[in-house]
Amino acid sequence: MSMKLSTRQVDGVTIVDASGRITLGEGSVMMRDTVRDLLAKGNKKIILNLGDVNYIDSSGIGELVSAYTTTKNQGGELKLLNLTKKVHDLLQITKLYTVFDVKDDEAAAVKGFK
Amino acid sequence: MEQTVSYTLDSTLETVDHAEEKATRIATELGFADDEVMQISMAVREAAVNAVLHGNAYAPDKKVVLAFERTPEDLVITIRDQGKGIDLGGIPNPLAPENLLKTSGRGIFLMRSFMDVVEIRPSQTGTEIKLIKHVHGRSAGVKEGSQ
Repeated sequence: MSMKLSTRQVDGVTIVDASGRITLGEGSVMMRDTVRDLLAKGNKKIILNLGDVNYIDSSGIGELVSAYTTTKNQGGELKLLNLTKKVHDLLQITKLYTVFDVKDDEAAAVKGFK
Repeated sequence: MEQTVSYTLDSTLETVDHAEEKATRIATELGFADDEVMQISMAVREAAVNAVLHGNAYAPDKKVVLAFERTPEDLVITIRDQGKGIDLGGIPNPLAPENLLKTSGRGIFLMRSFMDVVEIRPSQTGTEIKLIKHVHGRSAGVKEGSQ
């Protein structure tokens, strides 16, 4: 299953709903382009909802890191929402779990932006 | 699965997906648990990415050879490219604080996290990565029997 992304706005926060696989190639490129496009349009409060992401490889992890640092470098904030066990475990193994702001409740995540 | 199966693949992104799919199918056929199948398929995917991108650099005249060997105790997977050979000394530790926010460099680390043995043999004619996963049920039985 390839990757699908859609965006929605909730109280000034952009939520990117992702599903499928974030892997080298199309999935990674879509994620990168979407976040860059959001930032270019001034949307700097971003939540990546990964609840339906069932697979991610090292390139996908790299894209999450890139999304996080790019947003931060532009004065924005990016949170991860609803990690599946696979993605959660991968972020633990790579010691990135504590780097990202990870949430499991969308309303709380939206309210948590500065 | 036969005792050994081998595939010669092009240096393309499709090869990465195919390698992962073959690993998933073979590991499942051999009776590995679901989480082990995921680990094996991800390790193979990462090795294939290394071979296609960093080894062969997508060169159409260079191939990736992927082989699966079943022994009584192990699944042994070999991925070989025809690149210039990886510089093992130049691979930074992705868990070091200064590297945590790098966007690449986690492939070999993930292979080592997911497999029981990872051997990397670089040479001027290519890199060979050997990934070994023990068949826990059988190897545990052998250990018990030898006590």
